[in-house]
Amino acid sequence: MIKESALAPENAVFTETVDAGDYFIKRIKKGQTFRILDLEGNQAADTLFYNADDPSERYSATDTIREQGNLYLTTGSILKTNENNDLLKIVADTCGRHDTVGGACATESNTVRYDLDKRGMHACRDSWMLAIQEHEEYGLTKADITHNINFFMNVPVTPEGGLTFADGISGPGKYVELEALMDVVVLMSNCPQLNNPCNGYNPTPVEFLVWDK
Amino acid sequence: MSLNVVNPSDPAASYRTKLSTGKHWSLMVRKGVALKLTDITGGSNVAMLFFNPNQLMEKYNAPDTLKCQHTFKLTKGHCLYSDMGRIFCSIVDDTFGWHDTVCGNSHADKVSQQYGSRDYQTERNNWKQNGYDSFLVEMAKYDLGRKDMAANTNFFSEVSADAQGNLSLSRQAHAGDNLTLRFEMDTLVMLHTCPHPLNDSSEYPKGIVEVELTKAEPLQEDDFCLNACDENRRGFENNALYHFGIS
Repeated sequence: MIKESALAPENAVFTETVDAGDYFIKRIKKGQTFRILDLEGNQAADTLFYNADDPSERYSATDTIREQGNLYLTTGSILKTNENNDLLKIVADTCGRHDTVGGACATESNTVRYDLDKRGMHACRDSWMLAIQEHEEYGLTKADITHNINFFMNVPVTPEGGLTFADGISGPGKYVELEALMDVVVLMSNCPQLNNPCNGYNPTPVEFLVWDK
Repeated sequence: MSLNVVNPSDPAASYRTKLSTGKHWSLMVRKGVALKLTDITGGSNVAMLFFNPNQLMEKYNAPDTLKCQHTFKLTKGHCLYSDMGRIFCSIVDDTFGWHDTVCGNSHADKVSQQYGSRDYQTERNNWKQNGYDSFLVEMAKYDLGRKDMAANTNFFSEVSADAQGNLSLSRQAHAGDNLTLRFEMDTLVMLHTCPHPLNDSSEYPKGIVEVELTKAEPLQEDDFCLNACDENRRGFENNALYHFGIS
């Protein structure tokens, strides 16, 4: 559901631009609201969330879609943890639909999807691997790098059970906004994928903004 | 035939067992073994997770499995991929046609609300076990915890989506429906037979599933799963690289 935010960027307490191929990691306090802004359009932001006090409790795609009875994420969606607790709520969304079935690109899955010789191309999971190596203070390990949300990606399921990478519903200036329902750590990879249309074959920056309650 | 305790790798040996609803198990399944599941009663659900026993950090990855094969459902011809681009197993036979891998497990509080609490003291082994705790118990046996849990399969449960993405448990297996997984690498399999989390029946289901292990026919160049899509050929190439040099 399309819903615009009343929050003004000039009132944000934090703003950072994240280039394609980079990661972003930050602790967000309960009650804070953050926005991921698709600056130039058609850019996938592959994102994981953790309970900041115990990252073994984390965003769970299966619990989230089962509890809301719907595959797609948009305004009103409650993001659940693997313990089925409330983690975050989507409070504004000018894109209308976000994927959480397709997962992130990885150098290993790229070999299957495209070519074994493309294993050297940059991928979201490698950005996350660098993030956990460079930020031991969050206590994240490979086991915590799992089933994510693809903000701004459109991956419709057909009535016959097919999965299509349709895309094309995001555009310049579209955004999604989430309120933290507990203290969370956000770990985002701004997707570097060049082999499919998830970034319009031209990965571009996104912006991350935070507002206090 | 049955197990051969003197020569366990006897190619003619087999093993057959039954699990009622609400049970869990883990087992090592070697490359080249076929695991056939048969829903004896109908209405069963079999959830599975797969790990590489040599490096437990490598595990079944549902998103990669789905996107590599452009599918939302699992059925014959599909391969179940690890997060490292390798194939744990292939679905070589399937009479049901549509198996879920996005809905996860039931949790204790939901099972309790729906069917009554899990109470071994009163109900003994007919207790109302839930899927999440079942996997936690099996995983602890290998020093794995909740952070190691991934989206699992739910065999014999069809979950479909309408154009708006609304999900429903649209079909369950009939008595006799069966599915065969052929293992393409050594795999640690964890499974449970707890009800699908979208099962809305008021009574805790009472079903029986048969598990049969046999030696599979060797992979041939014209194999259905190998040739189901270009992606699977590349997945099998990754497996060949993994097994490179092993006689």
